[in-house]
Amino acid sequence: MSARADAGVTVAVPDRVRHLLRIADTSLVLAQRLGEWVGHGPAIEEDLGLANTALDLLGQARLLLAYAGELEGRGRSEDALAFLREEADFLNATLAEQPNGDFGDTIVRQFLIDAYQLELYEQLMTSADPRLAEIAAKAVKETRYHLRFSSAWLVRLGDGTAESHGRVQGSLDRLWPFTRELFDADNLDRAIAVAGIGPQLAALGAAWSARVDAVLAEAMLRRPAASPYRWYGKQGLHSEHLGYLLADLQHLQRTHAGASW
Amino acid sequence: MSDAHDWPLYEIFIRARGGLDHKHVGSVHAVDATMAVEHARDVYTRRQEGVSIWVVRSGDIVASDPAESDSLFEPARDKIYRHPTFYDIPKEVETL
Amino acid sequence: MYTQGLLEQGSKTVTVAAVEDAERLQRFEAKIDAEEKIEPKDWMPDAYRQTLIRQISQHAHSEIVGMLPEGNWITRAPTLLRKSILIAKVQDEGGHGAYLYSAAETLGISRAEMIDQLLAGKAKYSSIFNYPTLSWADIGAIGWLVDGAAIMNQIPLCRCSYGPYARAMIRICKEESFHQRQGYDIMLKLARGTVGQRRMAQDALDRWWWPSLMMFGPPDGASQHTALSVRWKIKRFTNDELRQKFVDFTVPQAKFLDISVPDPDMRWDEAAGQHRFGEINWAEFHEVLKGNGPCNRERLTARRNAHDAGRWVREAAAAYAAKHTARSVAAA
Ligand SMILES: [Fe+2]
Ligand SMILES: [Fe+2]
Repeated sequence: MSARADAGVTVAVPDRVRHLLRIADTSLVLAQRLGEWVGHGPAIEEDLGLANTALDLLGQARLLLAYAGELEGRGRSEDALAFLREEADFLNATLAEQPNGDFGDTIVRQFLIDAYQLELYEQLMTSADPRLAEIAAKAVKETRYHLRFSSAWLVRLGDGTAESHGRVQGSLDRLWPFTRELFDADNLDRAIAVAGIGPQLAALGAAWSARVDAVLAEAMLRRPAASPYRWYGKQGLHSEHLGYLLADLQHLQRTHAGASW
Repeated sequence: MSDAHDWPLYEIFIRARGGLDHKHVGSVHAVDATMAVEHARDVYTRRQEGVSIWVVRSGDIVASDPAESDSLFEPARDKIYRHPTFYDIPKEVETL
Repeated sequence: MYTQGLLEQGSKTVTVAAVEDAERLQRFEAKIDAEEKIEPKDWMPDAYRQTLIRQISQHAHSEIVGMLPEGNWITRAPTLLRKSILIAKVQDEGGHGAYLYSAAETLGISRAEMIDQLLAGKAKYSSIFNYPTLSWADIGAIGWLVDGAAIMNQIPLCRCSYGPYARAMIRICKEESFHQRQGYDIMLKLARGTVGQRRMAQDALDRWWWPSLMMFGPPDGASQHTALSVRWKIKRFTNDELRQKFVDFTVPQAKFLDISVPDPDMRWDEAAGQHRFGEINWAEFHEVLKGNGPCNRERLTARRNAHDAGRWVREAAAAYAAKHTARSVAAA
């Protein structure tokens, strides 16, 4: 990462933890969504494919949460962070928590995030934080496959039947507004970039755009106009859907406080 | 309720490790070969069972007819002289 | 597994008399007697083919429907590791369904036909999956008991005379032992846990014990077609033999968990060297098989919804492939 030159700059630990949580929570929340599909996919093989992606994302979330807990130094484990934080403390991209909808909605959501995560992890492989770089190096291989899976499906649906084309264009139009958040840097993103821990989001956005446009063209899909509204999930301000998702996720841990499983 | 037809069937062959032959493991349904490879990966290699996958449209496989087994394979049975164990070589002769 | 008891339920009378060609039959049976495998293109009696199609497809349906009760708890699994394990486990069951449909297709029936039979309510699947999963302990109990019973049934099927089925079963059995162990591991944690967790564990055993015993199918006396299935080495042990073995394995495991099997008649018979257990409620078993269990409707509805909601997706993929094949042919 070019910002390595500035690696002398330090970021306060709570900010580094928040940065890790943004990445971890996006994987965790998306995995939770994909878990809802298991047993209900359009074909058995697709069920297995979505489950594989869910497992990879959960694995990423666990590594990142465990690291965030250690860095924080307050004795919180991956499970304490996943099951006992409140909604406003979840820092996932708002896009990840959007409901599964139909298979087309799920594929569009997946594609947009896969393309983002691939750019992100590729950059993080040279992070000034060696532990994060190591996690990214593992995640990047998984993400490359996720993107292959979701791109292939996006193209099939976009260039399939008239019905599938219409449906998936609709999914894209609905979900597109959530992508702005991914590349609009806030103070935390800027500090992380200056310290060489993470990438410049503007540059990341440009690379993402190019990648996405290429697949959209192949899928015969129209790129929606930029959204005037920006979501702030990465700052803890979510859509209405996250609360329900967490109610499911956290139900047992909250009901049986202190129990081990 | 019925789909008039399912996606076509592909036979799956997997190389378990470098150095081994591809071995038939089963089949998947897929619309094309690309998808068949993806499906084979998800269905047959969840536990690192493979390092390489071949897919072949089931309809493209031509098989010998079991009813003809006698004429296809029996003639090889009495050619025992093809096997090294057929020959008794004196112990004194080494490295043969 | 998941079919042994069911096999007899739906079957019309299967008789060797239907086989016209005595000589081919003789060769076929000689092969089976010699422990050779029958392969897809080999001649086989129609009764053998039909029995296998029914058994393998019922087995496949059971794997697929079986994803639902456990999938129900994926979003609520209590730790991230447990969630990963459960997704992998339920995913494996989907894989088992895929292997088995693939084995059945070698007998000349298509997967689409088999799935249609399931969705039309014409095919059977294991009665066990028509019971609800009400607590996290049910996920433990299913792995321990249901997958445990499955293993007991499936290990002999690895030596089944039909090659593709036997090979699918070998692959499946390798995966099942993970399923059973993760289930028992959940039970162990609960049994050594808080009062609430122990109560959960006992309650799960109470509800899953009897349905698990029913999984082995009707008692041997009531099971007419076992003889032919045994002769053709589709089946190697009787329902009661396997059920007994399961009880003898499982009762000590429950003791180790310090939870009790809900059977007042359960006792150790020193002389026989096996457990004696109480009467199974066969009326309940038959009702559940007929479609009147607690979750039959829900399970079938869930499968139908997935199938219907996926139709446009399957059609789109097929249309895409057709267009692209046409394009590449035109370009050539
Ligand atoms: Fe299974
Ligand atoms: Fe299983």
